[in-house]
Amino acid sequence: MKFDTIIIGGGLSGLTCALRLQAGGRRCAVISAGQSALHFSSGSFDLLGLRADRSEIESPLDEVKHLREMHPYHKLGDKLPHYAAQAESLLAQWGIRVKGDARKNHFRYTPMGGLRPTWLTFSELAVADDSNACPGERVLVANFPGFLDFNTSFITDALCSRGAKCEVCLLDMDSVNRLRVSSTEMRAANIAKVFESEEALGELIAKINQMADGYDCVVLPAVFGFSDAGLATRIEEGVRTGVAFLPAMPPSVAGIRTQKQLRTEFERMGGVFIPGDEVVRADIEDGEVKKIYTRNHGEMGFSASNYVLATGHFMSGGLKADAQGVYEPVFGSDVYYLADRGEWFDKDFFRPQAYSTFGVETDAHCKVLFGARASKNLYAAGSVLCGADAMHELCGGGVSLLTALYVADEILK
Amino acid sequence: MNTTNDNNFEQCLKCSVCTVYCPVLEVNPLYPGPKQAGPDGERLRLKGAAFYDEALKYCLNCKRCEVACPSGVKIGDIIQLAKIKYSKKKPGLRENMLANTDFMGSLATKMAPVVNLSVGFKPVKMVMDSLFKIDAHRTFPSYASQTFEKWFRKNAASRQDEFPHHVTFFHGCYINYNYPQLGKDMVKVLNALGYGVHLMENEKCCGVALMSNGLIDKAKRQAEGNVENIRRSVKVDRREVIGASSTCIFTMRDEYPHILGVDNADVRDSINLATRFIYRLLDEGRVQLRFKKDYKAAIAYHTPCHMEKLGWSIYSTSLLRMIPGVKLTVLESHCCGIGGTYGFKKENYATSQAIGAPLFRQIETSGVDFVSTDCETCKWQIEMSTSLKVKHPISVLAEALDVEATFRLNSR
Repeated sequence: MKFDTIIIGGGLSGLTCALRLQAGGRRCAVISAGQSALHFSSGSFDLLGLRADRSEIESPLDEVKHLREMHPYHKLGDKLPHYAAQAESLLAQWGIRVKGDARKNHFRYTPMGGLRPTWLTFSELAVADDSNACPGERVLVANFPGFLDFNTSFITDALCSRGAKCEVCLLDMDSVNRLRVSSTEMRAANIAKVFESEEALGELIAKINQMADGYDCVVLPAVFGFSDAGLATRIEEGVRTGVAFLPAMPPSVAGIRTQKQLRTEFERMGGVFIPGDEVVRADIEDGEVKKIYTRNHGEMGFSASNYVLATGHFMSGGLKADAQGVYEPVFGSDVYYLADRGEWFDKDFFRPQAYSTFGVETDAHCKVLFGARASKNLYAAGSVLCGADAMHELCGGGVSLLTALYVADEILK
Repeated sequence: MNTTNDNNFEQCLKCSVCTVYCPVLEVNPLYPGPKQAGPDGERLRLKGAAFYDEALKYCLNCKRCEVACPSGVKIGDIIQLAKIKYSKKKPGLRENMLANTDFMGSLATKMAPVVNLSVGFKPVKMVMDSLFKIDAHRTFPSYASQTFEKWFRKNAASRQDEFPHHVTFFHGCYINYNYPQLGKDMVKVLNALGYGVHLMENEKCCGVALMSNGLIDKAKRQAEGNVENIRRSVKVDRREVIGASSTCIFTMRDEYPHILGVDNADVRDSINLATRFIYRLLDEGRVQLRFKKDYKAAIAYHTPCHMEKLGWSIYSTSLLRMIPGVKLTVLESHCCGIGGTYGFKKENYATSQAIGAPLFRQIETSGVDFVSTDCETCKWQIEMSTSLKVKHPISVLAEALDVEATFRLNSR
């Protein structure tokens, strides 16, 4: 089977690149080995949130120049603001509603009630202008009985420490309680599916209103809107007080919805999405990828003029480590990592970890290196690239989106 | 390719993505979900059989959890193997009736008019419902009065050696006993491509219904027999084995080694689905198709669960798209709820229909002339639950091909 470009990896970066190329008239296929990291989304896309000294960044575009030399953002050069603006408008065009602006960070809530600087946040989630904010002065934190992925005591502790008065209440509803028959399945996505029904939604709003007297804000876990972000707006309109949706622990309902929207949009544009498959072998001649073979399609390979590696970091399987070192399993491309295994980790879990910056090495055009020589037609995008520490710089979403758009432009040139 | 069973439950990161895509969990909270039923439960079961939960019976083996898993955990296989190893529930008369498709089929085709009439007859349905717990809402697939094999031997077998190329056709129970027309369509299409069609010696049911109804020893015996005969076809007669049913093909390629422990590694790549076989011939420029000028149809393709797992719907949809008069809509991949014999059981009927509901809605609003899919049990479910008919892609090809012209192109 032949395509113009084959993208390996069906997450945020792979699909963003594929959508951009498909819109540019290229026939694309996306090969995806299982669902993506969007399912574990924080609810926001970060661009650049923290400096090396852990201080918070207000204007991310001004801080890029201070990042370490191999950071993927440097490949974009002075076009970085252009790609950030393009990402904002493309997300809107694809029907993914977010709020935020690359010129100035806002703050997103964590599932523990903390606040972190970020770039774009899914429209239904609560945000703040500063790191000391609360969603209200008298706050009712509501949860469903048995939903352990939304920790009300952490949240109330955090909000109280910032000056709010908090109470906790339980939303006891039969339609949600039936999930508890299998207690392990009391999860965000399953609760979200319950509220796809009008009846359950009406009951929820009535229940909240019964308990909301005397409060100026009700905090709810962000478990609404499995297929439509507008559901949150309907709750906000129905409830008498203010409503703030805080992210729960994964799976992320907004992330799952976004994954589905990106894939649907790509397929609507004529792209081919190949789920649950894995590239097992590639024919490479003199740095040029000729053909790739997958587990499901066996000897019937796929070929294209260009290929994009968007397989993610360690957790998504884009990078693997063994006693010998770190490698990229699909093509065996050059990987940056430290030779001394002892330096990969810091024993203090909360300190920056060297392995976070490990990843695939590319030239200035994001072309993958094989033995220090750039491939003719294989590019890399997203968190598989070396040089970023998404966790401590707060830059994961930005690296995924911006490098994907940059690679698409390089291919469209 | 590792074709032996590897129970890789320790690869699970507990990310719970599988539970998002489980069609059963969404409608039946009694099912503990693929993560708990699969890798999480497995850790406990290794400690002691008492941790086995009979609620695993609610899994319909769609494998959508495996397609969704980012870590490659064989969740569906772990659940199936646990059911085989630990379930204390012995298959009863109903399970035997539903599972022994070969035996029931050969009995029923002999008395087809009587059987068809009586299983559609309300009092009979009520008896089946109360006595055997086979849900009365179900429409039973009707039986043919002449099996496909019988038709083939009488009408087609003698001229098959005349073709330049050859293939073995695993027709499966459905074509043989219920719907010989699809087998006839297959012969028509393959002959037009210059391929002689041959039956597999001593073909037995692939065994999927035996497996899902707990009759594992018998399933294993049939699998061993089938693999032996596939081997003879591939190695002695030099003929690839192809089938029309995505589930039969999936079972023989993957469930034989993973669930039944029957090794097929030497012939697995020669067990193929008809649409993929034809697509490859076209892709390699070995055959050509010529279509009727006046064929027109708006078609919605439904991806059966096992087709999703195989990853092969692209071959069927690509073939359908080659027909100039076809306007194809690919439905969002969603389980139809039947799960083979699962939906026939009284306790699963409501779950089965609730699982399929979003698919039925998609179909009803699609505005097409008919639905196309590669699975026979999806066909029963969709025809029973929507207003549209379902045709196999091979039957669509058989209708749309200018058979004479195609044959001339391929016999030059």
